Amino acid sequence: MAASVEHIVNPTLIEARERPELIGGGFFAWTRENLFYSRLSSLTTLVLLAAMAKAGLSLFQWAFLDAVWSVPAGPQGPITDSCRALGTGACWAVIREKYRFILFGTYPFEQQWRPAIVVALFVGLFVVSAMKRFWRLELAAVWVIALLLIGLLMWGGVFGLTFVSQPNWGGLALTLIIATIGVAIAFPLSVFVALGRRSDLPFIKWLCVAYVEIIRGVPLITLLFMASVMFPLLMPEGVNLDKLVRAQIAIILFFAAYLAEVVRGGLQALPKGQYEAAYVLGLSYWQTSRRIVLPQALRTVIPPLVNNFIGFFKDTSLVLIIGLYDLLHSAQVAVAEPAWQGFGVETYIFAGLIYFVFCFAMSRYSQWLEFGLNMHRHR
Amino acid sequence: MTALNNDIQAHNRQAAALGTFFSNVAVRRFAWQALAALALFGAVFWLAGNLHHNLAARNIASGFGFLTREAGLPIAEHLIAYTPADSYFRALLVGTLNTLSVAFWSIILATILGTAIGVARTSKNWLLAKLSSIYVDLFRDVPLLLQLFLWYTILQKLPPVRQALNPVAGVFLSNRGLSFPVLDWQAAHGWTLLAFVLGLLATTLYAKRTSRKQLDDGRARSFWPVAITLLVAIPLVVGFSLGASVALDMPQPKGFNIRGGATVSPEFFALLVGLVVYNAAFIAEIVRSGLESVGRGQHEAARALGLHPKNILTWIVFPQALRVIVPPLTSQYLNVTKGSSLAVAIGYQDIVSVATTSMNQTGQSIELVGVIMAVYLTISLSISLLMNIYNARVALVER
Repeated sequence: MAASVEHIVNPTLIEARERPELIGGGFFAWTRENLFYSRLSSLTTLVLLAAMAKAGLSLFQWAFLDAVWSVPAGPQGPITDSCRALGTGACWAVIREKYRFILFGTYPFEQQWRPAIVVALFVGLFVVSAMKRFWRLELAAVWVIALLLIGLLMWGGVFGLTFVSQPNWGGLALTLIIATIGVAIAFPLSVFVALGRRSDLPFIKWLCVAYVEIIRGVPLITLLFMASVMFPLLMPEGVNLDKLVRAQIAIILFFAAYLAEVVRGGLQALPKGQYEAAYVLGLSYWQTSRRIVLPQALRTVIPPLVNNFIGFFKDTSLVLIIGLYDLLHSAQVAVAEPAWQGFGVETYIFAGLIYFVFCFAMSRYSQWLEFGLNMHRHR
Repeated sequence: MTALNNDIQAHNRQAAALGTFFSNVAVRRFAWQALAALALFGAVFWLAGNLHHNLAARNIASGFGFLTREAGLPIAEHLIAYTPADSYFRALLVGTLNTLSVAFWSIILATILGTAIGVARTSKNWLLAKLSSIYVDLFRDVPLLLQLFLWYTILQKLPPVRQALNPVAGVFLSNRGLSFPVLDWQAAHGWTLLAFVLGLLATTLYAKRTSRKQLDDGRARSFWPVAITLLVAIPLVVGFSLGASVALDMPQPKGFNIRGGATVSPEFFALLVGLVVYNAAFIAEIVRSGLESVGRGQHEAARALGLHPKNILTWIVFPQALRVIVPPLTSQYLNVTKGSSLAVAIGYQDIVSVATTSMNQTGQSIELVGVIMAVYLTISLSISLLMNIYNARVALVER
């Protein structure tokens, strides 16, 4: 037995004596421990530092040192020659000129304070909904009121606000509307689908399984094409919903299928005893679901729900393929006019930063929640 | 369960005694389902009626007859022979193959990059771990479509062929795409490849045998001499004895074009880079959480046994991490495939792009949306099936 062990044991490990601990902390001790603790790690650190210096410097030069921040105005619009000179860096002048268009699309220029308030309202709504102390039924009422207010601001037509028709909505405001309405309707729907998928009624179960699996098996683009091309064929003559509503329906159906799987995960994680206890108490199916099952199941799936919301927020960018002017589409169209052609990288970086801020905030929030919700398990 | 049934029967008797028909459990079960079925079939019937009426009004003949008609649809990149004179069926086939090809390469490259970054995130080297985590945050939180546009715009800003970038000898990067050398294919290369594949199989069997023997007597055996013979020496001997040349077909910039070698279009390249960079961020997180799911005790126990660090990874950590990694990796592979449908936005002619163009030409939107859905459902189910087989192999064997 002793002989056999020798062959799989690494001899250096046996002879290795304990390395003397570095006394005290300090910067050098830290770098030694974390950056230069072995020959390989020193080499890695040096290579990475060299690469960072090279890439960082050229990026810094492009984005700041060589960048053009503004261009002179001419009789036929801005003169962008200074941006096109050889060796210039980023042309941030395009953002300065077009940021209102990217944020609010073709919404009438002097009325753009309205979508600006809408964006602020959405952010406020998200922040309030993220705080645990507001997690009660009144929050639903706040949502309804906020959404009504948002509709009022966007459409107008009353209280002296001029009417702005839906095709003129765009930019960040439209992205937030599509994403928020999508989640707000898809979430309750997904709860029913998840319950249906675990139902013991064969037909209901089969229906929910088919819905979830088909939607999850095809790309969102397919559903959006169905909404834009097939939907008019499926409606009676004369009935014509506008494009935004059709896209919104497709997005709701898409979100709900994914959310249903998350909710189902929570339902499955619930111990069987909870169902049995509710049954013994004589609660009906709906009473059991509403008072016993869902409050516990939904709580456990909040972090994965938020992770799904991040995906959905990014997925709304696909509506540009059927011609809606969301944030990404506005960034694309902003550089369509001849004066600004060729500065797509700058507008995409600007739009990308906005997406990033929202998604990064949500992902940090979800990590924080996960930590907080699991606190009782750490004790 | 019998107790439950008894309860239900008792409940039914009670309900019958009260004479309330609708509180009977069986009746209620039936009623709910009948209601759902009625709603579903009613909706389908209504939609089908509208569809029939609308198609008749627009003079569109439904059915798949159009598939045999001439497509007249140019497709720049095709893996099988194709001209615009070919049928719609062949055009859709070319589109499907384009989808499969970009998805295949994206999955392979994203897995390699994602695994590397995931492992780097768990590194003890602070700088390496930090940079990897910045990579993940940066690329995960920006929409794929935006990233595709960004890559595509950057590729279009590349210099023309005359001033093509030449980072490595033989590789040219220009606004015409990426050109790289390929082997001038001969029959002898085929035999060499066959010898290599057989050698790979034999090596796998041999590796299994040696590790089984080691488990028996604890004696470590070096299997590298055999592996090198099987994988390198024999294929080389086969190749040279059949007179295979190692001449490469090098790309050469000639005027406005690049001759020779192989060239991938900017569209394909942008889509590939976008899908790989985006999905690698997700795969890195999957790999990291898999590696972290293996408890510290496992490392410590392995070290206490005196295992060599590289064996700790291959024998202790990876087999356990794979159980956690494979299920989410499967759905990420499905996401890569579905994400490739964004090709339509940058002009790579995948199945969605070919089908939508055909839709505009023929008006057969119902059939063509059906084709797209069928293609993706087939791919999705095949990937799920393959990964489930693999998952069953790495899963924990329980009693």
